[in-house]
Amino acid sequence: MPHDHHDHFHHEGMSPSGHPYRADNDTPLTYWQRMEIAVRELLVEKGHLTPAEIAAQIEAMDARSPANGAAVVARAWTDPAFKARLLENASEASREMGFDIGPLNLIAVENTADTHNLIVCTLCSCYPRNLLGLPPDWYKTRAYRSRAVREPRTVLREFGLELPDHVTVRVHDSTADMRYVVLPARPEGTEGMDEAQLAALVTRDSMIGTGLPHRP
Amino acid sequence: MVWTGRAVLPSLLTMSDTTGRRWHDMGGQDAGPVPMDGHDFALWEKRVDALMVLCGQKGLFTVDGLRRALEDMGEDAFESMSYYERWIAAVNQNLVEGGAYTLEELGERMQEIAARGSTYGEAQSDG
Repeated sequence: MPHDHHDHFHHEGMSPSGHPYRADNDTPLTYWQRMEIAVRELLVEKGHLTPAEIAAQIEAMDARSPANGAAVVARAWTDPAFKARLLENASEASREMGFDIGPLNLIAVENTADTHNLIVCTLCSCYPRNLLGLPPDWYKTRAYRSRAVREPRTVLREFGLELPDHVTVRVHDSTADMRYVVLPARPEGTEGMDEAQLAALVTRDSMIGTGLPHRP
Repeated sequence: MVWTGRAVLPSLLTMSDTTGRRWHDMGGQDAGPVPMDGHDFALWEKRVDALMVLCGQKGLFTVDGLRRALEDMGEDAFESMSYYERWIAAVNQNLVEGGAYTLEELGERMQEIAARGSTYGEAQSDG
């Protein structure tokens, strides 16, 4: 799938995520970059923030990735009691696994044999960022935001996902106060696998609903 | 004079299209294929994200304040500015409104930064 770079090899000049590196420190300075520098310096000088706090926040955000969500999914696949807690309160269940998801109000929605869930934020870019990291660019585009709620099957086809007609598609529209994460269905043929092996099958897109987990 | 719902409609229409929805309320609109290309976040973008989170945590503004600024920018900003360009504009607007610093201080500092160098790296105070 073109949007899912987990399977790609590490190409020359590309980052491990398969995207071009951004030479942000030596391209011409933009107006908005100057504003960011000015805002940051003024906040530090006036005692609102420290450079260490800013660095720590960036580090914490960088450390969040779909691997965190994958670990939660794998636990839910192997531990029915945890799965019940996750579906009851995804924020608390994620915290239980040690993930600092802040004040995020998170709801896990479960894919089954006859229901497929898809998440979107039609108003902007709300995403379970404290669990999965920052959203992919396409999640924030006009095309995805507009069409995911109106023709989800067509959108899913663009992601390479063709769902059988008997499967109901449920689309969940997020807000700043309410975020969703998809609990994908455990793939067949994974009976003997442990949690770590299962987690490796869980892709970012399978937790947004635009993809399915890898098959073993 | 008795105000009716109808009386306030013209002012609402200045912010909305004829369906009564605002520009950012995109659900269900027509649009083309989903663009699949992405990029890794630049340092300045990560810093904007960090400022947004930290200032919110410290009570310098609210999520609602950010949303208001973003939505009031209008559709032109959505088309002409990148995601984090819009976010730093919204963060800045809320900080100025909240009195964290003045517009004058911001303007002076941005001018000073332009004089430091022509790249983002050179324009850092320690760089």
